[in-house]
Amino acid sequence: VNAAQVARWYTSQDYILALPMLLLTLFALGILVIDLLLPREWKKLNAVTAMIGLVFAAVAVYVKIYRPWHGGAITGEMSSAPTGFIQSVVMDPFAIFFFFLFLAAAAIAILMSVRYMEIEREHDGSYYALILFSVVGMMCLAAGTDIVLLFIGLELMSVSTYVLVGFLRSDKRSNEAALKYLLLGAFSSGIFAYGLSLLYGLSSRPDLPQGSTNLSEIAVSLRHYLVADPTNPLVLLALVTTAAGLFFKIAAIPFHQWAPDAYEGAPTTITGFMSVAVKAAAWALLLRIFLVGFGAPEMRELYLPMVVFVAVATMTGGNLAAISQSNLKRLLAYSSIAHVGYMLLGLVAGNATGIKGILLYLLVYTFMNLGAFAVITSLRRRQIIGDEMDDIRGLWFKAPTSALLMFVFLLSLAGIPPLAGFYGKYFIFLALLETGHFVLAAIAVLYIAVAVYYYFRIANAMFMQPALDAEPVTLSPGLATALAITGVFTVGMGLFPDMWIRAVNWSVQMAGGASSVATILR
Amino acid sequence: MKEHILSIILFTPLVGALIVLLIPKEKKDTIRWVANIFAALGFLVSVPLVPWFWKTVDIPGFKFVEGSLNNWIPSIGVSYLIGVDGISFLLVMLTTLLGFVSILSSWNAIEDRVKEYYAWFLVLQTGMLGVFMALDFFLFYVFWEVMLVPMYLLIGIWGGPRKLYAAIKFFLYTLVGSVLMLLGILYIYFNHASQTGEYTFAFVNLLANGTAEYGALMNTAPQIAMPIATWLFFAFFVAFAIKVPMFPFHTWLPDAHVEAPTAGSVILAGVLLKMGTYGLVRFSLPLFPDVAKDETVRFWMVVLSIVGIVYGGLVSLMQKDMKKLVAYSSVSHLGFCTLGIFALNPLGLSGSILQQVNHGISTGALFLIVGVLYERRHTREIAEYGGISSVMPAYATVTLIMFLSSMGLPLLNGFIGEFTILQGAYTENKYWAAWAVSGVVLAAAYLLWLYQRVFFGPVNNPKNEKLEDLSRRELATFIPLVILAFWIGVYPKPFFQILEQPVNQIVRIVRPDYQLGPVRPPVEAQKAAPAETPATPATPQGAQR
Repeated sequence: VNAAQVARWYTSQDYILALPMLLLTLFALGILVIDLLLPREWKKLNAVTAMIGLVFAAVAVYVKIYRPWHGGAITGEMSSAPTGFIQSVVMDPFAIFFFFLFLAAAAIAILMSVRYMEIEREHDGSYYALILFSVVGMMCLAAGTDIVLLFIGLELMSVSTYVLVGFLRSDKRSNEAALKYLLLGAFSSGIFAYGLSLLYGLSSRPDLPQGSTNLSEIAVSLRHYLVADPTNPLVLLALVTTAAGLFFKIAAIPFHQWAPDAYEGAPTTITGFMSVAVKAAAWALLLRIFLVGFGAPEMRELYLPMVVFVAVATMTGGNLAAISQSNLKRLLAYSSIAHVGYMLLGLVAGNATGIKGILLYLLVYTFMNLGAFAVITSLRRRQIIGDEMDDIRGLWFKAPTSALLMFVFLLSLAGIPPLAGFYGKYFIFLALLETGHFVLAAIAVLYIAVAVYYYFRIANAMFMQPALDAEPVTLSPGLATALAITGVFTVGMGLFPDMWIRAVNWSVQMAGGASSVATILR
Repeated sequence: MKEHILSIILFTPLVGALIVLLIPKEKKDTIRWVANIFAALGFLVSVPLVPWFWKTVDIPGFKFVEGSLNNWIPSIGVSYLIGVDGISFLLVMLTTLLGFVSILSSWNAIEDRVKEYYAWFLVLQTGMLGVFMALDFFLFYVFWEVMLVPMYLLIGIWGGPRKLYAAIKFFLYTLVGSVLMLLGILYIYFNHASQTGEYTFAFVNLLANGTAEYGALMNTAPQIAMPIATWLFFAFFVAFAIKVPMFPFHTWLPDAHVEAPTAGSVILAGVLLKMGTYGLVRFSLPLFPDVAKDETVRFWMVVLSIVGIVYGGLVSLMQKDMKKLVAYSSVSHLGFCTLGIFALNPLGLSGSILQQVNHGISTGALFLIVGVLYERRHTREIAEYGGISSVMPAYATVTLIMFLSSMGLPLLNGFIGEFTILQGAYTENKYWAAWAVSGVVLAAAYLLWLYQRVFFGPVNNPKNEKLEDLSRRELATFIPLVILAFWIGVYPKPFFQILEQPVNQIVRIVRPDYQLGPVRPPVEAQKAAPAETPATPATPQGAQR
């Protein structure tokens, strides 16, 4: 689209497209105000307000964006995706998929939080407000097509999570984790911003001398430079710095060191939230940049070796490091690193099946991993921190339902059919075979055995060892609801995955990404 | 009823498991009764299948087919499609029977966490039946993985001192094989889609008369070019060979068997191992016929089988623990089964499948026998026993029958299976048969020596003086096995008739130029056919594939 044709002023459509984000922001601000008026024992009302905000946002996405522009059907080709704010956001199926994903993850995380934050004696409205703010940032990441908006979204999300990680003010681990996360995160954001600035510089080409911050324009310009010189050093530098920032955010090796510390120190609910929603948002950003901004085939040749290396390193490092962990949160942190390795393989394959695999993986991962964290959250009791392997011992005798659900989540994480987790891996492996990456596929499947080994250490502890403490494990209503939702999804999506696969088939359509995302629609 | 018979057989145990879960865990006897009733029901609902199947025994292909194409996950072409041919029919019947027997045998053996035990056991039963019934690769893979989980828990919770190690070893070994198989399945699925444009995991074509024949993936996979076909063959082979287990992959087996509770061992030896051999027959041969009949591949398969036979026998001789002895004897017996498979002729194949059933009967019984002593004395050391036959006469008789059946004495089932396999191997290469025969000799040695040490002589150990003989419940677990052992031994003809169609079908696919004669039980074959080859002309249908 020519710059001259672009509306100079925001229209009502722009605000309608931004409605979910606006609503969430309003609710977050509202929580901050209401919180001041609430006495201590009424703080859980903040959670209710936040939930209402999430529901409003979800309804807004459905009624104002999804239905009018996409007809409310999860099949068929994307007809037109509305853009707004001078082409800087696009509400394509890809974005809508992630909107719903973030909202669901935030809702489950809030359900898990109420009793936990009370026990931690840190029950404060700003906690829920920050979760909502971070969701706003995530939505910018999923829908943004402009590098400035993407960066703003990334920072909004990251800053909110830095604070959330350190929310347990009296806990040294939490403070340490937040500081580490902040320092490393800021550093990586700096590198990422540097990469984006290079991309902006490179976006200038003879027919567009003033350059552009739009990803599609950047893709064309990068192609222009690469055709002249396939290993243009400046393009290479821009690629490496941008990718490094992205790999940091998804916690891929060798940029993963922050993850285990941050995951261990953060409040368990936030660990769960970060491991699914923040990660999914970072993936949305990564896919948008790699498939649109770096969508040129010449560019793919440049980044492919790098992604292959990072993917294999991530699977290897994550899986092997997880074996020896004795802290449950840390173990799941390393396992989540390993899962990122699998998803990266979808990008290596790079065809529609591969991208579908990534989206489906993120979807199922949201439910099964949040479920696992919900069980770990339930281990936190008045006198017991409850995140060590010893704390989950004998869970079967204390809380059989939780233990059984945890077992289901673990099996699903390991990728045992017919549970939801299997289908993410299924599409990734299929994509690797379709594109002829046999060795990578073999490595990837064999790491499943390693993963089963450490997941089953948890299962062994739950089912085959006696409990160490006599303190009962009970579920608050919120936590029970969260467990029920995640459990039903993990089993239900496993047994009846068809609707979800069709939804992902539709969601894989990305505006401007048609060149790299083959349009196989089945 | 008739059209849903397989689903009923498949899900009866699962329903039982759910009902067991609803009973409060303190009511142990109620749980036992309910579990046993459902196990018995699981067997009883499979009984009508016998006459119904017998009526259709001459119709080729899969019968009692249920489900339609792409009815489970249409977007990727997964079907809930089940059916049985002669091979899977026998294994399904074996599974329902052994499932019942082993649940019955656990009455006194399991005192701890009774409710979970029976629930998982019934889930396991459904998983195993599903593996044999599935006509869709995806469904097959799901059942194949699903049944690992309850078995892992059965070993890990109710097992012996090193149960955790044995359970995880069992799970990881099998998983490594099965994920490679998953890649193989995905490749032939993708290959089929790119050849025909049709996305499906089904490996059969549905026919108008309600039966199904090999088709879909089974048609396109054999055309895959050589280097890739070899890789795929081995991806499947590793999964099945670990499960069987064939020689270098067998190390999980003794651990799992020694640690598993008695009923777990019975099911493990009786049914789980058969999944490996079943997979080889059902998938490895017809999917990759060119690789399977390749002389080098075949040679190594036969070598591994023979090494398994001899090695398993020799190691059995050395064992001091009865259960470990029986476990290693499984390695030896399963070597016969794989030898029969890679003989690639009707005799070898049908002998192999019959021997799988025989092994389920006799080794299942052997584990029960060991379990009976273990329940009384809580030790399986051979040196602890002696002169048991004077203390427990009925037990000694049953044991003798089962030992003789396991070592292959004529008139008992083991003889028929092993003899047919050896016959099949002999027609291919007489050295194969010559080596394999040593396994029969070794089996006689280790079993008779074991019998002598445990049952004969004076009662040296005062603890053994007052052992109770078999209770009625224990006797009930043995009776069906003894009857079957005699039946197959004396009148195996119906079994060969059941196997004739499917086995010939596989041979036609793998070796289209092979002269197919009628498969006869050995005794009858000796009477009927002197030296001449049967005059039946080879059916040229195989060339179509």
